[in-house]
Amino acid sequence: VNDRERPNPDALLAAIQGKTARSQRGRLKVFLGMCPGVGKTYAMLEAAQRELKAGRDVIIAYVETHGRKETDALAIGLPLIARKLYEHRGLALSEMDLDAVLSRHPQLALVDELAHTNAPGSRHPKRWQDVNELLDAGVDVFTTVNVQHLESRADTVRQITGAEIRETVPDSLLDAATLELVNLPPAELVARLQQGKVYLAERAASAGQNFFQESNLTALRELSLRLVADHVSVDTQEFHRSQADAGAWKTGHRLMVAVSASPLSESLIRWTRRMADSLRCPWLAVHVENTRPLEDPVQSRLQQNVALARTLGAEVVDTTDDNLARGLLRIARQNNVSQIILGKPAGATLFEWFRAGKLFRQLTRDSGDIDLQIVRAEKTGVVLPPRRWRWRPTSDGKQYVIAALTLAIVGLLNALLVQFTGPRVPGFVFLLAVVLLALFLGRGPMLFAGAASALAWNYFFLPPRFTFIITSTEDGVLFGLYFVVAIVLGQLVARIRAQELAERRREERATALYHLTREFAQAGTRDEVVWQLVAEVNRGFQASTAVVLPGEKSLAAHPDSSLVLSEKELQVAEWTFLNRQPAGKFTDNLPGAEALHLPLTTERSVVGVLSVSLPEKALPLARRDLLEAYARQAALVLDRVALRAIGEQSKLVAESERLSNALLNSISHELRTPLAAITSAISALAESKKPDGTFDRSMVAEIQEASARLNRLVGNLLNVTRLESGHMRLNLDWCDVRDLVQTTVRVLERELSGRTVTLEMADKLPLVRLDFTLIQQSLANLMLNAVSHTPPGTPIRLQVRTEPLWLVFNIADDGPGLSPELLPRIFDKFFRAPGAPAGGSGLGLAIVKGFVEAHGGRIFAANRPGGGAEFTLRLPQTEIQPVETA
Amino acid sequence: MNSHAVKTSAIALIIDDEPQIRRLLRVTLESNGYEVFDAVDGNQGIVQAAQCRPDVILLDLGLPDLDGVAVLKRIREWSRVPVIILSVRDREQDKIAALDAGADDFVTKPFSSGELLARLRTTLRRSQPASGASVFRAGKIEVDLSARNVRKQGQEVKLTPTEYALLRLLVIHGGKVLTHRQLLTEVWGPNAVEQTHYLRVHIAHLREKLEENSAQPAFIITEPGVGYRAVGWE
Repeated sequence: VNDRERPNPDALLAAIQGKTARSQRGRLKVFLGMCPGVGKTYAMLEAAQRELKAGRDVIIAYVETHGRKETDALAIGLPLIARKLYEHRGLALSEMDLDAVLSRHPQLALVDELAHTNAPGSRHPKRWQDVNELLDAGVDVFTTVNVQHLESRADTVRQITGAEIRETVPDSLLDAATLELVNLPPAELVARLQQGKVYLAERAASAGQNFFQESNLTALRELSLRLVADHVSVDTQEFHRSQADAGAWKTGHRLMVAVSASPLSESLIRWTRRMADSLRCPWLAVHVENTRPLEDPVQSRLQQNVALARTLGAEVVDTTDDNLARGLLRIARQNNVSQIILGKPAGATLFEWFRAGKLFRQLTRDSGDIDLQIVRAEKTGVVLPPRRWRWRPTSDGKQYVIAALTLAIVGLLNALLVQFTGPRVPGFVFLLAVVLLALFLGRGPMLFAGAASALAWNYFFLPPRFTFIITSTEDGVLFGLYFVVAIVLGQLVARIRAQELAERRREERATALYHLTREFAQAGTRDEVVWQLVAEVNRGFQASTAVVLPGEKSLAAHPDSSLVLSEKELQVAEWTFLNRQPAGKFTDNLPGAEALHLPLTTERSVVGVLSVSLPEKALPLARRDLLEAYARQAALVLDRVALRAIGEQSKLVAESERLSNALLNSISHELRTPLAAITSAISALAESKKPDGTFDRSMVAEIQEASARLNRLVGNLLNVTRLESGHMRLNLDWCDVRDLVQTTVRVLERELSGRTVTLEMADKLPLVRLDFTLIQQSLANLMLNAVSHTPPGTPIRLQVRTEPLWLVFNIADDGPGLSPELLPRIFDKFFRAPGAPAGGSGLGLAIVKGFVEAHGGRIFAANRPGGGAEFTLRLPQTEIQPVETA
Repeated sequence: MNSHAVKTSAIALIIDDEPQIRRLLRVTLESNGYEVFDAVDGNQGIVQAAQCRPDVILLDLGLPDLDGVAVLKRIREWSRVPVIILSVRDREQDKIAALDAGADDFVTKPFSSGELLARLRTTLRRSQPASGASVFRAGKIEVDLSARNVRKQGQEVKLTPTEYALLRLLVIHGGKVLTHRQLLTEVWGPNAVEQTHYLRVHIAHLREKLEENSAQPAFIITEPGVGYRAVGWE
C-alpha cells in the first residue's frame, strides 16, 4: 500500500523533464461561487466547450458532476484523464493524476474544487498546490471554488454562517487569476435546493439547514460580489508591478501584524491580509519571542499561525525581546512599516484587557510616526489553557534546595552574629545573601528566598524571638521594607539574567551566521563553499547534509555531502531545484520525504539545493529561519564563485591569447631568420660561377649554421609543447653523473670550441635517479646560454656536488652577468633580455625550469660575487642507491 | 682504413613517403656507388625487400600505411638484412623501440650525408660474414676474443668477467647502438632488464680502466636515454 501511495519516480521525472520545456506560467481562471450548488462546474464546462470549439487542447483533469445530467452532457467531447486511486483506511479515494496530466501537457486543464484536500500519500496535501504545479508547467487551468474557501474570507464566512471552514485556498493563488463569478439569486438557489438539484456531501448536508438560509446566502453573495469587484485584474496588477519599480511600494503602505499563539492571532492575520490586499501593499508578520520557553501545544499553534501568515503572502520576521512592544517597534522601524495592526479582544477577561491595555499604552507612546490600527479580533480554534494561571517552574527543584540551604547556613551565621550585634544586622546579612543568590537562581527560587529570609529574620531574630509577632513599629517598618526590597531585587536581577540569556541566544544565532559568512568569504572555490556549508549545517543543527548541484547532465550530490541521498530524495531535490520552493519534510511539498530540501536561490538564478536530514520531529521557527539564512548566504557565495570562475576563464583566455601572440611573433621571427639565411646563401651559390667549378665554402657554412639553428628551435618548441601538454612522463632511471656531464660536453663539442670548460666533480659520485635525457638537455641549454651571453673564449665552469638528499649542478661563467631587474623574468617563456645576441628563442631557460621542476627540483639564477652569472640546479635525491648484486 | 670497404654496388632500399627525401638519398647513394631501390609506403617496402634483396634498408618511421616499427618487425620475420632507421622522431622511446625491434642503427633527421654514409659503411661491414678476426683494436687498446684478454699499451688490463662480457658485446657490435635492454639481457640475463644501475656502474669501471681520459670517453659512447655504442674499433 505504501508503495502505491508514493509518487512514482518515473512519472515524477517525466514531470520534471516536461517542466524544463515550459515556456511560461499557465493562466488560471477561477469560477467563483458564493456557495455549493450555484452551478460553477456547469459554467466551467460551458466555458471549456467554447475553448474546445476555438481549437484549444482541453482535457478534464478532474471534474465532479455528481451525476447531474445537464452537467454530464456538457462533459461530452472533452478528453478525460483517468483518476489515480488511493487506498486510505480501507476507503478507495480517487484523485487527479497530476503526473499523468503533466506528461499529457494539454493547453488547458479543468480541475474542479480547488479547495479539495488530497488523499494521504499524494504529492501535495492540497489540490490548489497541484494546480499551482500545473500552472508552473505552463498549463492553463480552469477551476472552481466557493468564496468561503478563500483563506482571507473564511473567517467572515464563519461569522456569517457559523460553519467551520477547514479547506482553504491562499488568496495569493488568485492574485494572478481571472475571476468569473457564477451568480445565482439566493431565492433561485433555495428553489434548486428544494428540487434536489444541489448535491451535498453528507457532512455539508447536516450543516445545510443553517447554511442555506436565505439571509446567509444574501450575505455570501454580497461577499463574493465584493471579492470580485476588489479583485485586481491581471493586467492592472502588472501595471502596478511596473509602477512598483518606481518606488510606489516604498512610499506606500506597509502593514505589520504580530503573530503569537494567541487565539486572536489567526483572525488578525486574515484581517491584515485583506487590508493589505485592498491597499495593495506588502505586509509583515512578526513574531516576538520572549525568554520563556513555550510548551508544545503553544509552540505548534504558533507555528500554524506563522505558516498561515506565510501562505497568505506575508514576509515573516522572527525576533527576540522580552518587551513585546519594544520588539514590535524595532522590527517596524527596520522595515519602514506604516501601520501596525492590533486586535481588541472580543469577550476578553479582565486580565487580558489589563495586559492588552499595557501593550496598547506602550505602543501608543513609542510608535512615533507609525499608525496603530486596532481592529476587532475573534478567538478561533481551541482555546488553550491560559498561560498565566499555570504553574510553570522555570527553574528546577535543585535551585529551591540551594536557596533553602544557603539561607539555613546564613541563618546559623546570623545566630552567632546576633549575640554581638542586635536583631537588625542579621536582616542585612540575609539581604546580602538574597542579592548574591539572585546572581545564580531563577525567578521562582528568588521569590521563595526573599519571602523565606524575611520570615526567618522575623521569626528567629526580631524580638520577640521565635514568634512572627513584631512589637516595635521601627522593626515593623524595617521588616516591611526588607520584604519588598528582597523580592523586587531578586526579581530584577533574575530578569536581567533572563534577558541576558535571550540576548545570548540571539547572539549565538548572529554569531553562527557571521561565522558562516566569514568562512564563505575565505572560500575561493565551489568545493570549499560546499565543504564549509556542510560542516556548518552539520555542526549547528546536528544534522547530516547534502548539497545538490547541477552537473553536466543532471543534478548530483556534491561529494563532500555527509548525507547520502536515495534516488527518491534526489528527485525531491530536483523538484525543489526546478520549482525553487522548499520541499520534503516540514513542508507542504512532498512532505513524506526524509530530508528537508531548500533551494539555493539568488535573485538571478537557482544554483542548487541544500538537503538536510534533521534529527528533530518539529522544526522550530528560529531554526528554520537560520537554516534558510544559511541557504541564502550559500547561494549568494556559490553564485559569486561561479561568476568569478567565468571571469577567470575569460582572463585565462586573454592571457593565452597574449601568449599565443607572443609565440606567433617569436616563431615567425625565429623560423624565418634561418630560412632567409639558407635561401640567400643558396641563391648566392646558384649564381656564383667560378671558373674552376668550386664554390664558396662560407656560403655552405652559413647554410649549415642556419639549419642547425632551425633544428634547435624545433626541438625547443617540441619540448615546450611536451611540458605544456602536462603529459610529460619522467623516465627516471639510475644514472652516472660523470656520464651525464661528459655526454653534455661531447654533444656541445662544436659550440664549446675555443673555450675552457672546467668540470669540477668528485671522482666517486653515487648513482642518481633522474631522467637522463631531460637533465642532460637542461645542462646543455644552460651551457649554451652561457656561451651565447659571454664573449668568445670566456671560460665556463660546471660543478657537481652532492648534498644530503640533493644533487646540485652549478654552471658559472666570467661574463658580464645578469641585469638585476631582469632576473625575475629570465625563466619566462619567450623572454629575451634586451640586447641578447640573435639566435635564441627565449625558450631555453624556460625549458630548463620546466624539466627541473618536473623532477621536483629548483633552479636559481644569480650573479657571482666576482662577476659573471651562475645557474644552480638542485635535484632531490630521496631514493637510496641500489646495492649492486652482480 | 679502407674508405671503400663496401663491395661494389651494394643494394640499398629506401622506404620513405617523402619524395624529396627519396630523391636526395638516391642522388647521395648512387654517387657513392650504391644501387638504389625505393618504396613509398610500408607494404610496398616489404614487397621490395623480398624482391630486390637489398644489402641495407633505410626505413622511415612515419609511413602513411604502416608504422615503421611494424614494417621492421615484418621484415625481421624472414630476413636479417641490416636496417637503418631514418626518422624525425627523436624521443628515446622511439629509438629504443626501433632498436629493440631489430634495427641496426638510428639516424635522426635532419642528418648530414657524410654521417649517413659513415653509418651505412659501419653497418654493412658488420653484416658481412665474420672475417674470422678475433682481435679488435681501438687506439692503444686491444681486445683478443680468442685469448679472452684485453691489453692497453701492451699491458694486460684486469677485467672482471662481467666487464669483459660487456666489452665483448659492445666490441663485436662495434659502431652499433646497443640498448640498455639488449645489454642487460645479453650480459645479466632476461631477468635483469630493469637493473640499469648494473650497467652504469660497470660502464664507468670499464671507462676508468680503458679510456685515456675517463672524463672524455672516446671508445664507449653514451647514447642518452638509449644505450651505449662502441666506436673506433677495428
